Amino acid sequence: MNRGNGRQTLSELRDLQHLAGAVIMRPLSRRWRMQSTWTDKRDMRTVTAEFIKPNDRLTSFERIEIYNRQYWFRLIDSFYDDFPGLRAVLGRLKFNRLAKEYLTQYPSRSFTLRNLGRRLPQFIQDHPALVKPRFELAYEMVRFEWAQVEAFDGPAYPAVSVDDLLGNNPAKLRLALQPYISVLELKYPLDEYVVRLKKTGLRGDASNAMEEQTHEHRSKRRIPIPRPRKVFVVVHRHDNSLYYKRIDERGYRLLTSLNKGATLGRAIRSAFVAEPEPGRSRPGRPGRGRPGSTNAVAPDPDAALVREWFETWTELGWFCKPK
Amino acid sequence: MPANRFNAFTDLGIGIGLRIPHYNHILTKKPTVDWFEIISENYMCDAGRPLEVLDQILEQYQVIQHGVALYFGSTDRVDRDQLKRLKALVKRTKTPFLSDHLCWGSVDGTYTHDLLPMPYTFAAARNTARRVREASDYLEVPIIVENVSSYAEFHVSEMTEWEFLTEVVERADCGILLDVNNIYVSSKNHGFDPYEYLNNIPHHRVGQMHIAGHSKYEKYILDTHDHPVLDPVWKMYAHAIRKCGPTSTLLEWDAHIPSFEEVHREALKAKKFLGAVKEKKDDAALAATTA
Repeated sequence: MNRGNGRQTLSELRDLQHLAGAVIMRPLSRRWRMQSTWTDKRDMRTVTAEFIKPNDRLTSFERIEIYNRQYWFRLIDSFYDDFPGLRAVLGRLKFNRLAKEYLTQYPSRSFTLRNLGRRLPQFIQDHPALVKPRFELAYEMVRFEWAQVEAFDGPAYPAVSVDDLLGNNPAKLRLALQPYISVLELKYPLDEYVVRLKKTGLRGDASNAMEEQTHEHRSKRRIPIPRPRKVFVVVHRHDNSLYYKRIDERGYRLLTSLNKGATLGRAIRSAFVAEPEPGRSRPGRPGRGRPGSTNAVAPDPDAALVREWFETWTELGWFCKPK
Repeated sequence: MPANRFNAFTDLGIGIGLRIPHYNHILTKKPTVDWFEIISENYMCDAGRPLEVLDQILEQYQVIQHGVALYFGSTDRVDRDQLKRLKALVKRTKTPFLSDHLCWGSVDGTYTHDLLPMPYTFAAARNTARRVREASDYLEVPIIVENVSSYAEFHVSEMTEWEFLTEVVERADCGILLDVNNIYVSSKNHGFDPYEYLNNIPHHRVGQMHIAGHSKYEKYILDTHDHPVLDPVWKMYAHAIRKCGPTSTLLEWDAHIPSFEEVHREALKAKKFLGAVKEKKDDAALAATTA
């Protein structure tokens, strides 16, 4: 380590930044302090004294520790801003542990903190022990909250209007959803839960996924954890405000099918596939005792209902031309 | 001196940072403010509320971009996607110049999101100046670099912080965003004379000044931007504008943000100091003409 005895080279500057960066981004101890030993088991005091000057009040260790702690506090704060619902279902300690583990594996690779949580849904799937016993709830919450980050400032393309749809052959017409829209099937009514959380002020003001009108009626009351109930929710924005819109299962099937590239005609048909009778397999899949058979016949699409959906959805600007 | 080639010959007056809690007040009351500073990275997104608000602000006000993530002092390659987005924002805001910090903060594409102190070496100065020039060439606007507050120093340093700042800006031929509060904070943390700093930088390169509040801890001072400006910083500011001339000034208030009026009132205190220097200059000019 060059301690100022000779002119530093660019390569030495690079090495110094690697070392200092590794120290600053190293996970904190359980007490939220800088760890006392380095990766090679050397005393951290010795390691930091090699490149950081002490002063008359602080040791080298204490001076770089300020940055080490700032790094973790800043990232975890940002993480909390984007996932307040996750913290509410996990509790502070478990949330902080998850954040530390996740950010150690996936530190920020972008100039903006906006993308910090992008890999969290997969990370939770890979590390279910970190969120037990609420794996399913935590996983669903992360999907829901990440959808809000995307809806807040994701790109938007020119919207397709109802007039644009008129006269098109549904068998050939393809539409895509705006990139900021997420169509979710959730195992819990998290939209209701998060709205109640927001009213208690659990969402941080710096959140990417924040709405501004959340400061009324705050209380310290605990919101009970939601019970499982399947819901279908579209997370979107309108006039640049964030919204959750409930849809039914048929609407969910139609939108996801369209977004996967199906033609309008096929997407509508997929929406109105009949539900299997209890105890029987889904339509289109082989039945149990009768190989190759189907157990339900798709009913005719409800034309009035489909028209109503599309009037609403196009008014909300949900559709764009496929790329 | 206030309007110079480093700030695109602008003389903006006194500005404040555009912050979310003030959006509603600004958009509905339309207060008189000389200019707003935005944090560039908060608006380098594709769409949505941040850009909608920004566009509304741009209809009424002069906006100057201030960045926190160019990391001129890093040895990483400059992120082209980041520069592309920044340039798109420059076109949107029509900022006549922009600023970012004299610091590093990324290693091999991993970002600390902090303003880390530089080792004050010639190699670092050369690397930093090269990156400032690269960014300025790409963005096609002048760049001014801001001195950061710091809590640690490197053994390897070969010069003082103000010598390093001078070395970088001379090599890059760019301007300085002189953060007076940061000088004060660092002077307390490292034990140097802040006036020696102020006296020994190239004053003609100062294109803008920052003032802010800070927090005192037992063994160090932290640059928290959550207080009014403290008296020693106002004193230094008065000295700085005597040296540099009446320069566009911005008050930073980023945490525990009070009402818009309170922030603006605090910023306008700078007027007293700017006015005094302007008067002196006018008197001197008058004396020169009548002599």
